[in-house]
Amino acid sequence: MIEVVSADRCIRCDICERICPAFVFDRDETGLPVIARQDDCQTCFLCEIYCPTDALYVAEQADGPTGITEPDVLERDLFGAYARALGWNRGRAGGTRNDPTRHIRVAQV
Amino acid sequence: MASRRKEQSPEEGRLIETDVLVVGGGPAAGWAALSAAEAGARVVLADKGYHGTSGATAPSNTGTWCVPPGEGRAASVEQRFKRTAGLADRRWMLRAADQAYENLQKLVEWGYPFPSEEDGSLYIANLRGPDYMRFLRQRVQKAGVTILDHHPILELLGDDNHVAGAAGLARRNGASFQVLAGAVVLATGGCAFFERILGGTGLTGDGYLFAAEAGASLSGMEFTGKYTLAPHGSSLNKGLPFRWATFYGANGEVLRNARGEPVTNGIGGGERQVAEALLAGPVHARLDLAEPAMQDWLRRGQPNCFQPYERMGINPFTDLFRVDLKYEGTVRGTGGIRIVSSDCGTGIAGLYAAGDAASRENVTGGISGGGAINASWAIASGWWAGHGAARHAHRRQGRDGSRLRPLGTTALRGGTAGPAVDLAAAARTVHDEIAPLDKSYWRTSATLEASERTLEDIWSRLNRAPPATGIERLQAREVAAVTASARWTVAAATLRTESRGVHRRRDFPGESEVQASRIIVSGLDRVTAVRETLALETAQEG
Repeated sequence: MIEVVSADRCIRCDICERICPAFVFDRDETGLPVIARQDDCQTCFLCEIYCPTDALYVAEQADGPTGITEPDVLERDLFGAYARALGWNRGRAGGTRNDPTRHIRVAQV
Repeated sequence: MASRRKEQSPEEGRLIETDVLVVGGGPAAGWAALSAAEAGARVVLADKGYHGTSGATAPSNTGTWCVPPGEGRAASVEQRFKRTAGLADRRWMLRAADQAYENLQKLVEWGYPFPSEEDGSLYIANLRGPDYMRFLRQRVQKAGVTILDHHPILELLGDDNHVAGAAGLARRNGASFQVLAGAVVLATGGCAFFERILGGTGLTGDGYLFAAEAGASLSGMEFTGKYTLAPHGSSLNKGLPFRWATFYGANGEVLRNARGEPVTNGIGGGERQVAEALLAGPVHARLDLAEPAMQDWLRRGQPNCFQPYERMGINPFTDLFRVDLKYEGTVRGTGGIRIVSSDCGTGIAGLYAAGDAASRENVTGGISGGGAINASWAIASGWWAGHGAARHAHRRQGRDGSRLRPLGTTALRGGTAGPAVDLAAAARTVHDEIAPLDKSYWRTSATLEASERTLEDIWSRLNRAPPATGIERLQAREVAAVTASARWTVAAATLRTESRGVHRRRDFPGESEVQASRIIVSGLDRVTAVRETLALETAQEG
């Protein structure tokens, strides 16, 4: 579930608060997103790819937080990992034209 | 600086009038909204989450059942029909294939960035969830549809004969709002029964509860024994990479089937053995049957599936990792609101159902429509329901809406005599009656009877408790909807004393020819399950 909001990277744009399907975020008086309802997070990773500055990190465990910290995420280069894999960039969609899934579908039968 | 627009609080008691209200925010909702708008209707789309990220499709990468027109289509339907446990309908399959194909071509026209085949033609049989849903939202906006994000509907509005609106709340502050509409499309998705699957948080069977409160029936609720593999503890119930998996016991030794062969292919022959092994203890997997080219395609084509591995710091092609079978309820299972007309009408005037909110038996019978079939069904049924709702709204223009009343019951009104219910605890209890492998992968009369007692108790406590207020109404109604969905599931599964499709009875392991018909469930305080054949005969006699 969502565990890290990087105050350094965040530009206070409100996109994560708006697009989270589970309504997990509030924002504090400075506009920084606050993880207000962490247990509602559905671990879908979509806030990460909509974030224009790769300021969010969703850990892989869906049942509870892992305790990972911002320095860990930085050190392992995990900020923006899903966006890079998809071909999304700075919150903008991209990469579907290069999706090789058709090869997998042919082989799966 | 924080933008000001979102600082505004939705006002209490907001009233919106429209022709068609679409409830939900996934692909079926989007297509229904586009369809109704194309038919000339004013459309409001009210989503519990955010239309574009809500639901099971947005975080996924889904194939479509993409069958081009021509000679091959009838054969494709026939081939697929053979796998539907005898309960699909060839006419619906054909028209769904046709409508889905037509709408995929609309995506091409609108400029959706499909990948190309080697010969330069577009490959339209796959949709990457985040991109597809973001694109669909943009089209919906362009069509002039009013989108209400984070505005969950709590109940329908209607009178004795028809549905003409809905009431809900704004998540930002709990403010109530109402939409008066000529017709309503329920595209609220399936029910994940509080299992933490990808995109499943909002999938609490809300539409099933709304439809039942308006007097509609459900069908196929016993075909809910559907599970998919995921890395242990994760949300990633995506089976495709497990096509190339080998499975291992807790001791690291490879699992073997009855013939002594290694258990492989977790989305095919291996699934049942993995399920059996999981009853006894932890199971591990390794995607060791994927050649280097396939490894590359999987990583680049299914990037969501690889997020857990990357974050855990393991290589799934070379390392063993623990797996779960995640329960998928009616998301990849098949049950839902019973459709009674070609335009996805529910039998209640003004009320339509689309996508996973509707039963998908017409196109997939008693097996899972997970992936391709459900994606195409969402496109086709959304389109039909949108047109049906727009036509109905047009016919009803100018009617007086003053006699409308709210149709919601449990958790909203009544009650007061009993103590308040701990909703989180109730949610866990219902989940634990449905999601475990020995409750829904395999059923017996004993487990079903025990579940029925537990669920009846929760239902009755929810009804005796004081009505929820403010923002808490959302969770109270979600728990009510999941509890009701569980009761319908248990009732249908109890009546079907055979194993068929994704309904497996340990006490009735074989298929029974005389039970080759659908099961209809209805009712709230008193749940009834009847076989469709008998219901039709009774109707004809009556």
